[in-house]
Amino acid sequence: MSVVPVSYYLILSAILFGLGVVAFVFKRNIITIFMAIELMLNAVNLAFVAFARAWNQLDGLVFVFFVIVVAAAEAAVGLAIVMTIVHNRQTLNVERVNLLKL
Amino acid sequence: MFLLNHLWIILALPLAGAAVNGLLGKTFSKSTVNAVAVGSVSLAFLAVAELVREFFQLSPDQIPYVGNYFTWMTAGTFRVDFALQIDQLTVVMLLVVSFVGMLIHIYSTGYMAHEGGYYRFFCYLNLFMFFMLTLVLGANLIVMFVGWEGVGLCSYLLIGFYFLKKSAADAGKKAFIVTRIGDFGFTVGILLVFFTFGTVAFGDIFKQVASWPSDPAGHMGTLTIICLLLFTGAIGKSAQLPLYVWLPDAMEGPTPVSALIHAATMVTAGVYMVARMNPLFSRSPMAMLAVATVGALTAFYSATIGICQTDIKKVLAYSTVSQLGYMFLGCGVGAYSAGIFHLMTHAFFKGLLFLAAGSVIHAVGGDQEMFHMGGLRKKIPITFWTMFAATLAIAGAPGFAGFFSKDEILEATRAASAASTPIFVLWLLAVAAAGITSFYMFRLLFLTFFGKPRYDEHKVHVHESPRNMTVPLIFLAILSVVGGWVAAPHFAGGTDYFEKFLHPVFSTYAPADAVGNAADAMAASSGGEATTSAGMEIVHSLTGWPVIVALLGFLLAWWLYIKSPEIPKKIAKSAGGLYTLVFNKYYVDEIYLALIVRPLLWISTNVLWHVVDEGIIDGALHGIARGAQESGGQARQLQSGNARSYAAWVVIGAVGFTVLLLVLWTKVVQ
Repeated sequence: MSVVPVSYYLILSAILFGLGVVAFVFKRNIITIFMAIELMLNAVNLAFVAFARAWNQLDGLVFVFFVIVVAAAEAAVGLAIVMTIVHNRQTLNVERVNLLKL
Repeated sequence: MFLLNHLWIILALPLAGAAVNGLLGKTFSKSTVNAVAVGSVSLAFLAVAELVREFFQLSPDQIPYVGNYFTWMTAGTFRVDFALQIDQLTVVMLLVVSFVGMLIHIYSTGYMAHEGGYYRFFCYLNLFMFFMLTLVLGANLIVMFVGWEGVGLCSYLLIGFYFLKKSAADAGKKAFIVTRIGDFGFTVGILLVFFTFGTVAFGDIFKQVASWPSDPAGHMGTLTIICLLLFTGAIGKSAQLPLYVWLPDAMEGPTPVSALIHAATMVTAGVYMVARMNPLFSRSPMAMLAVATVGALTAFYSATIGICQTDIKKVLAYSTVSQLGYMFLGCGVGAYSAGIFHLMTHAFFKGLLFLAAGSVIHAVGGDQEMFHMGGLRKKIPITFWTMFAATLAIAGAPGFAGFFSKDEILEATRAASAASTPIFVLWLLAVAAAGITSFYMFRLLFLTFFGKPRYDEHKVHVHESPRNMTVPLIFLAILSVVGGWVAAPHFAGGTDYFEKFLHPVFSTYAPADAVGNAADAMAASSGGEATTSAGMEIVHSLTGWPVIVALLGFLLAWWLYIKSPEIPKKIAKSAGGLYTLVFNKYYVDEIYLALIVRPLLWISTNVLWHVVDEGIIDGALHGIARGAQESGGQARQLQSGNARSYAAWVVIGAVGFTVLLLVLWTKVVQ
């Protein structure tokens, strides 16, 4: 049985993570940015799973569960924030949400 | 033995008076202020009297009697106790300070009656009494120094009592700053004492120094340096050459202040200190010569200035400087008890002269110019007669207090001059000063009380002072007359009581090879039947000189200011430059201004202020602040408020960190 080498998984994970980063930095829509974050998290998850499989250890899988739980919590809080922003500003464009500066 | 074991009570009384008047006096009536101030000082005097009674019951080996209350501070081997002590010297000083102080408090209730800040004045005066008593009771140099600086503070406050007047405020500052120069030497001297002996307590220092040999003459040993440094402090405090300039200006203060602080007590602190440290001074011929020289020069020099002064208080101020010089001369030739004796009689007659001068100024409505007085003899008789007694005393008329004390100093100087020529010169100066003293004092008396009135008789209503001012005058006048009689047996060839009383203080730790210890030598020789020896006869014949020159001074004053009053102006005119020189006090103030004050001010302004302070210190501070502000302003731009730019920074950081890790990792692998 041929085994897919671990480096393949890692390259795929890096590509997905890079796409997430690029989307996070360049997209203006807040929902898209949110999805980019999810993409990055899952890219990392993929790397964890790949390593767990390669070294036959459970630690990576445990981490993945933690990441999924945290991502779910973050999605709940993040979407609530998105709702509030939309409610207050009638926009999804992050360029217009810039009150954090001095 | 109650007070002996509670010496602090004597200090607590005037301090309590000062605290009560200072904190609550504003709401008090004048009579309450009087009761608190005069009451506390009178109680202090009674306590001193009781203390002295108890003191005489002590056996000689219990003296000095030290009361150690608590350890004030310790640091390594440096240890200072708050300790007070009493010995014969302290007894004399305590009695003088508390008695004269009490009389002057009473006098002040009359003199200051119409002045503002009444409670403030008495608060300061009581505070002064506290510090002065601390000074004389202190059992170590540090406690003494507390009193020393405290009286300086009170002196400053009281000179500048009329602080709205610029000249008074300036005089206060001048007194404080000029004495500070001397105090610098004093402080270094105290440190050197600790460094040398490992203690600052008098008893311990003296016990150690007792085993020391004397410094050889002309050699600057440790002892000589210590003594010269301590003497620097005395020069400042007791207004000797060259730091005397503050005392004449100090006459800006109210007259009772001049009497108490600048004549009777504080300015004599330097003499007291030198006498107190006699075991050290006696072992250093060089320091002794310095003390005697400064004393004699000051005595002569300031007496000459006194001739030309026209302000009644200024004459007395220069006279005080001159008389303090006599005290130092006495100490400098080893006749400490004569110096302290003159200190005591001087407190009586000079205190009286100032108080009487105050009474005169009071009578003519505040004018201090002697050429605006004249003919006051009949109008203020009590003031006249008391002042007359004091003038006789200071001029050295036989039988009066000043005669005995001044003569004892001159005689000790004469005896010491047998061994050294410089001291003979000092003796000549001192005798000449005695003649000048007599001249300017009678000049003062004649200008003030004799001749025709030179004030406007319609405007000035001359009146005798109230009883609370004249009674202290009378008390002091009695003391000016009889105060010297404790030394009377001295002239019959015996040992006088005063010297015998103080003898333990000045002989216990005296060096075996006593340096010019003339007083002791005389006491020893006159104890036996040596009075008939040729040497003593010469000494006795020379005691006539001061009396003769004093008489000459009196006659000259009488001739110039009573017989033919037009002559002084002619002399002044023909003497020309010399007269102007003396009249302007040898331009010493101007010289100090040009040589010291102005350059100091210039350096302070142009170097320390504009360059060091503004340029370097402020520059560094402002530079750092500006740098922080500008870099902050730049860094602020990073915070755009745009979430995506933050994300970009995070990415850049993460990439940078990863690259760093890779670089490190490859290095480790290699």
